[in-house]
Amino acid sequence: MNKHLLSINDVSREDIVRILDTAESFREVGTRVIKKVPALRGRTVVNLFYENSTRTRISFELAAKRLSADVINFTTSGTSVAKGESLKDTALTLQAMGADAIVIRHSSSGSPYTLTKWVRGSVLNAGDGTHEHPTQALLDLYTIREKLGRFEELRVAIIGDVLHSRVARSLSFALVKMGAEVTLVGPPTLIPPDAQAWGVQVSYDIDGVLPKVGVCYMLRVQRERQRQQYFPSVREYAHLFGLTRERVGMLPEGSLIMHPGPMNRGVEIDSDVADLPQAVMEEQVTNGIAVRMSLLYLMLGGAGTEAVSGDE
Amino acid sequence: MGSAQLLDEGEIRRAVTRIAHEILERNHGAESVVLIGIAARGDDLARRLAGEIERIEGVKLPVGALDITFYRDDIGMRGEAPEVHETRIDFDINGKVVVLVDDVLFSGRTIRAAMDALVDFGRPAAIQLAVLVDRGHRELPIRADYVGKNAPTRKDEIVRVAVKEVDGEDSVVVEEPR
Repeated sequence: MNKHLLSINDVSREDIVRILDTAESFREVGTRVIKKVPALRGRTVVNLFYENSTRTRISFELAAKRLSADVINFTTSGTSVAKGESLKDTALTLQAMGADAIVIRHSSSGSPYTLTKWVRGSVLNAGDGTHEHPTQALLDLYTIREKLGRFEELRVAIIGDVLHSRVARSLSFALVKMGAEVTLVGPPTLIPPDAQAWGVQVSYDIDGVLPKVGVCYMLRVQRERQRQQYFPSVREYAHLFGLTRERVGMLPEGSLIMHPGPMNRGVEIDSDVADLPQAVMEEQVTNGIAVRMSLLYLMLGGAGTEAVSGDE
Repeated sequence: MGSAQLLDEGEIRRAVTRIAHEILERNHGAESVVLIGIAARGDDLARRLAGEIERIEGVKLPVGALDITFYRDDIGMRGEAPEVHETRIDFDINGKVVVLVDDVLFSGRTIRAAMDALVDFGRPAAIQLAVLVDRGHRELPIRADYVGKNAPTRKDEIVRVAVKEVDGEDSVVVEEPR
């Protein structure tokens, strides 16, 4: 297991399987009356969030707490960052306070890499700019494996605003690594020009792709990241690329509908589609806690290189 | 490098049968008894004990599997995070007599962790301990209620238990340290 989790590209296929297998045990912990184990007692996990995020931060917070680690939430509004402190000085402060792991979300791609130069603990990328969101990809892999049992010969369509989506990047890399076939679907303006190099296919025709996929992964239209007009109107986007009831009818029997959340109901996904039984967004959230517990356990549960051998 | 057989297939079978009788005797039957095996191999032995008890008494006892990894006292002291096994306890343990089942009793630290884990599932009326081999060298005040074989060993020797379900054969051997 690597010390840091910065990009899915750094994680081997074997380690992905190990992360998912270990997450299964944590799913079981999540079904107990007492949903907490003492595995990481005395460890400190810092959530360092430079971008607003409720879902991911709460998920990491719960994951660390269910492992009995101490959690500090460091958000940027109303803190030293608002007073002008640099990432480096914040990192050095957290380091001096003894953080064993720092979970960072930042609007600049690559900032988690930079952070690893200043801290001794593990760094987990919880989303950096339009670069990557590896823990989301891992929880999506877990959900797909749990529901469909395989990645080989599985076709996945990732649909929507791929250009601004770190989820789409991480998930594409992860799925290709595990042997699935990925097709990116969206208006040409929202498909990154280098997408062919990811080992995926590209299509601009959602209705041609849907009848062939086992997973239909809808992306949020990220209007806050769009610095120019990428499509004429939200209504036209919903009409051309939204997942409507009619389009759900094109999906093969047994396929999944996924979305990383938060959803724009009525834009990329119709409201009643989001509530269908094959839409597994709630399972994605539940699995997210187990997968993040698995990561924290595997990254912080060892002694690193200064190993002291135990009994047995 | 030497290794000596401690128990063969027949001896393991007879030990399991005897322990099954002892559990029934001690608890005046099988009522409110549940078996929980510690992964890995303790859960296989727990299923065998349940099979024997069903044969003797005609009662099917609930059997669970418990992984104690998250309760270990040496997390963060080993190089890598220890490997995790499955925990499956799909019955209520409140007010029950829980018989913990493990293959080898050694330092007692695994049993300490198992008791901590059990308490997170409920409040049993009592916890008893059944082991196939007690090899001594306790580091905690823990003893077994049911023992297949007491085997004095040196602390640096390795006791290896194989069960058909996992390893394809039933045996217990003592190996010299490498």
